[in-house]
Amino acid sequence: MYPANFHYTKEHEWVRVEGDVGVVGITDHAQNQLGDIVYVDLPKTGTRVEQGKTLGSVESVKAVSDIYSPVSGEVVEVNDTLATAPEKLNEDPHGEAWLVKIKLSAPGEIQQLLSAEDYQNYVAAEESKH
Amino acid sequence: MTQATAMLKATPLNAAHRRLGARMVDFGGWDMPVQYSSILEEHHAVRRNAGLFDVSHMGEIEIRGRDAFALTDYATTNAVAKLKIGQAQYCGLLYEHGGFVDDILVHKVADDHYFLCVNASNQEKDFEHIQALNRTGAQVEFASARYAQLAIQGPRALAILGKLTATDLAAIQYYHFADGRVSGTAARIARTGYTGEDGFEIYIAPEQAERIWNEILDAGQEFGIKPCGLGARNTLRLEAKMALYGHEIHASITPYEADLAWIVKLDKGDFVGRAALAKQKEAGIQRKLAGFEMTGRGIGRDGYEVFLEGAPAGWVTSGGPAPTLNKNIGLCYLPTDRAKTGQRIEIMIRNQAVEAVTVPTPFYKRDK
Repeated sequence: MYPANFHYTKEHEWVRVEGDVGVVGITDHAQNQLGDIVYVDLPKTGTRVEQGKTLGSVESVKAVSDIYSPVSGEVVEVNDTLATAPEKLNEDPHGEAWLVKIKLSAPGEIQQLLSAEDYQNYVAAEESKH
Repeated sequence: MTQATAMLKATPLNAAHRRLGARMVDFGGWDMPVQYSSILEEHHAVRRNAGLFDVSHMGEIEIRGRDAFALTDYATTNAVAKLKIGQAQYCGLLYEHGGFVDDILVHKVADDHYFLCVNASNQEKDFEHIQALNRTGAQVEFASARYAQLAIQGPRALAILGKLTATDLAAIQYYHFADGRVSGTAARIARTGYTGEDGFEIYIAPEQAERIWNEILDAGQEFGIKPCGLGARNTLRLEAKMALYGHEIHASITPYEADLAWIVKLDKGDFVGRAALAKQKEAGIQRKLAGFEMTGRGIGRDGYEVFLEGAPAGWVTSGGPAPTLNKNIGLCYLPTDRAKTGQRIEIMIRNQAVEAVTVPTPFYKRDK
């Protein structure tokens, strides 16, 4: 379910490192909790973002959720297809529906994120509370 | 189950919802299903085929006795005298100052018996409010525990419910009801709803609720029925511009402001709130509910501020995607002289002004 080469946050974002760039998205758990996603608000290319700070937002039919950046750096590419097809986030959150690519300014931050196994355990613990 | 969910009130269908895999939420103190599959799928099922909603959290109040008419008419804004036996009416329950205690449905069961369907989170308040007005000895009963309520809504609702009852459903006109049986159980069958679609709301004994819920889903399978949660209920009612208590209407909003002048009958005789409404009608209202659709990118949602020429001018009462229309829509309060169709407005979405325009309502009206 959760790719082993991704790094995860407790706020349900993921990042996959490709050289000096991090590809960022939201997890399958996040899209499932949100339900039908109808709108995605992302920063423009060139925006500087910080780890743990707001990167944008996703909206389902019922609610708005902030997306927090899992890494610091500069946004170098935005997945424009989500503007017209936000439902792709429900269909393929770990693949086609990545959100942004960020040129990493502090690659060491990756070490602070969760592994796939740790994230899976974290989600399982959250779900058992309900 | 956590402590918090254990404290929530549950309808007789709570276990059935969980078995269907519903996502449950705290809705005004009730543990209710917000969706089973997807809000969009459930929304479309109601517009195209049929949907089944558990609305057993709604409250019921029964008023009986020689003075039942006098009390019901005095407590509500609409003309109860115009109701025939077997007819229902939407109306306001107001404070003296003209603001809403609640919006309710009054059903006339007999000359000396009125059956009120009221909002879940207002039911105790409504009961106390009506009791306080009861000076002549009508019997006012808080009857919520005796009823479960199911709403079967959509163009196939009649065909589906028709499989389970001998009552001639086609003979029940819109906003009328009949007492009959559904699957062998006594049921009040009303042609009412909160979706903008044809359909029925049935009131049954709580002990029978789960069996009848399952039988309706089985009977509706061939017609594409889906169990529907509060998420779809909200998108459906918003497209149909039906008010939601706590949003479009509340204690400091009057029916005139809420674009509900049609439920106020000033000439029917005295009623609670009449003097304040008569005065407001004379003076004119300062703000009025208007429908809008987003023209810029973004979704205006409940509570967001509305700006006119860069200055705050109102607020969004309900807003979100309209799945049938494929637009982002909403309702908002605006200064009365700016509440006309075609007014350009701006909605503050996360500190950004996004353009919208007022449009005619209801946003969606079914073909009859």
